[in-house]
Amino acid sequence: MSKDNSILEELTSKEYEHGWSVNFEADEAPIGLNEDIIRWISTKKEEPQWLLEWRLKAFRTWLTMTEPEWANVTYPKIDLQALRYYSAPKQVKKAKNLDEVDPELIAIYERLGISLNEQKRLQGIAVDAVLDSVSVATTFRGTLSKLGIIFCSFSEAVKEHPELVKKYLGSVVPMTDNYYAALNSAVFSDGSFCYIPKGVRCPMELSTYFRINAANTGQFERTLIVADEESYVSYLEGCTAPSRDENQLHAAVVEIHAASHAEVKYSTVQNWFPGDKDGKGGIYNFVTKRGICAGDYSKISWTQVETGSAVTWKYPSCILKGDHSIGEFYSVAVTNNYQQADTGTKMIHIGKNTKSRIVSKGISAGKSQNSYRGQVQVMKRADNARNFSQCDSLLMGDRCGAHTFPYIDINNSSAKVEHEATTSKIGEDQIFYCNQRGIATEDAVALIVNGYAKEVLNQLPMEFAVEAQKLLALTLEGSVG
Amino acid sequence: MLSIKNLHASIEGNEILRGINLEVKAGEVHAIMGPNGSGKSTLASVLAGREEYEVTEGEVTFKGKDLLDLAPEDRAREGVFLAFQYPVEIPGVSSTNFLRTAVNQVREYRGLESLDAVKFLTLMKEKMKLVEIDQKLLSRSLNEGFSGGEKKRNEIFQMAMLEPTLSILDETDSGLDIDALRIVSNGVNQLKSGKNATIVVTHYQRLLDYIVPDFVHVLYKGRIVKSGTKELALELEEKGYDWIKDEIDSAATV
Ligand SMILES: Nc1ncnc2c1ncn2[C@@H]1O[C@H](COP(=O)(O)OP(=O)(O)O)[C@@H](O)[C@H]1O
Ligand SMILES: [Mg+2]
Repeated sequence: MSKDNSILEELTSKEYEHGWSVNFEADEAPIGLNEDIIRWISTKKEEPQWLLEWRLKAFRTWLTMTEPEWANVTYPKIDLQALRYYSAPKQVKKAKNLDEVDPELIAIYERLGISLNEQKRLQGIAVDAVLDSVSVATTFRGTLSKLGIIFCSFSEAVKEHPELVKKYLGSVVPMTDNYYAALNSAVFSDGSFCYIPKGVRCPMELSTYFRINAANTGQFERTLIVADEESYVSYLEGCTAPSRDENQLHAAVVEIHAASHAEVKYSTVQNWFPGDKDGKGGIYNFVTKRGICAGDYSKISWTQVETGSAVTWKYPSCILKGDHSIGEFYSVAVTNNYQQADTGTKMIHIGKNTKSRIVSKGISAGKSQNSYRGQVQVMKRADNARNFSQCDSLLMGDRCGAHTFPYIDINNSSAKVEHEATTSKIGEDQIFYCNQRGIATEDAVALIVNGYAKEVLNQLPMEFAVEAQKLLALTLEGSVG
Repeated sequence: MLSIKNLHASIEGNEILRGINLEVKAGEVHAIMGPNGSGKSTLASVLAGREEYEVTEGEVTFKGKDLLDLAPEDRAREGVFLAFQYPVEIPGVSSTNFLRTAVNQVREYRGLESLDAVKFLTLMKEKMKLVEIDQKLLSRSLNEGFSGGEKKRNEIFQMAMLEPTLSILDETDSGLDIDALRIVSNGVNQLKSGKNATIVVTHYQRLLDYIVPDFVHVLYKGRIVKSGTKELALELEEKGYDWIKDEIDSAATV
């Protein structure tokens, strides 16, 4: 036993790999939150009047709202007046190409293993990199624009495609949807925008990497993806943050619009700083993600691998409005040490013959708490709606917790809704079996956990799947002893 | 190769092994027989390093090393292989993937370079023939939904892949029909050499017609109470265990 404890000690004290931060001159808003700050941000970003009005309206509504407390997480109240709502690297002008980007910034992304130049180009992934509040580089623009695909930072979209932004911004997640979404609507600084025109299959993965660098800064990015009729796109999101003693807030909004016969795959590998092994520091990840299958035969598929953050509050959802539309949610959420995750999905069946599928794999270790919260709602006119939900929990050790909160609300008798749930412990027997074949305990755990999460990992694009597998193993190192 | 001296082991305070002595040399096949609950699986588990069992007395050396001092994975890498009586299932992990991890970790320990995908598959193909195992079975999740016979066959296949010096087969014959028994035994026999040794745990004589032992030991109440040659197994087959039990139990009450 003492041998195991020392291994456990050694490995759980392993530091978060992306925990460094870089000092560079930043252009910052004063600390605090009020209408003046919002005007400051909007001016800074040279926004049109309508967007400022939109922000202010969101802010005024937000003032009347209260922080949600129904999630199965506990954390000290965040002092939203103590945060800074805008921080940009001094070089504010968005670079037209990578040669113009501050080498310091490129270096940050290189350190994250995200090469913004040649390498990614060869791999055929277009990247939009967001540092703190602004987008610093978007790659691969030319190739995409030949196909009529727009992939750029949110701020650029506001300037160059105002009609699209105006039409879709807030159309899936209304500005007043919830406390954090309203806050985001008021203060969001940047994010990614993507439009796939009718009939176009995007030939490469589109990807955004988010990183919080500056201290005491909230990150409130906004992503908007619009897939026009018969189009297809696969979109990837990755994120990291420096290790800091204080908690940092991340409250993003992602909106997806899929027109008829369009398909959008949205994959996330979330690796925000989870706090140290004693639960100090870490990101509060309060995110609203929602897609609407607006047209018939459209499809939206969410895949997420959640390994980071101190507290996660996140429910990527699908509104299945078009007839025959399909919503999918594949999730692996891992919590270790003192992490808390309350995550799941909502599938709202409105159209006829709509289908949804939920596969959630929770893994809890250490003293962490992991909750699945899912809602399946079938509206009156949604004839023949189908849902299948599979919610599995895997426990490592006996100091962690796994919880499942399925809500089912059916208003049409032709609906078929199936829910399966299992809870298992990672078996001593399984580990011993691996040991007996010469496999070390750490590798045995990685093998077993990746096997358990396979159905979800299989949904990820190749390069991401490998990264995710490594991340799972890394997050759980030392959690069995 | 293996030397067990006065081995005592207990679980949750109950002493299960009460002074086992056994010498196994390279090239030998030892059969361990005995009624249910006599401690056969416990002995196998203790040798493999299962942590639930506490060794309270005695020593075990394997190729000159103190076996009890090694972590379970290092025992395996040194060449101890246990074919489990009840192999576990690992959902989502294919036998192929599992074995590739195992083989390469064992090779690394032995100072050999790791096998790339092509070399590994070639090795697999070759060993698959030994136990007539199907490729399809190996791409499925490890042991998940395998029949009893398939599980046992897969154990011997793994043994073939890992090339151990000491193999312990714990009731590998139970649950096998006569054809499967023949195939599995065939595999084991082909893997036998002058350099490795096998301990066959069983309580049926039947298996020993296929895997012929050099020595037969009877385990009862945590001790080896009788040792002999193949003839002992035949005698047990004929008379059952009762005469041995009587002998031991009456000796104990005197
Ligand atoms: N976890 C345990 N706690 C208490 N007794 C156990 C435990 N596991 C096994 N035993 C006991 O140890 C004895 C030997 O078991 P085992 O080695 O499996 O026997 P065999 O393989 O010879 O049938 C049995 O009496 C069994 O009940
Ligand atoms: Mg047994």
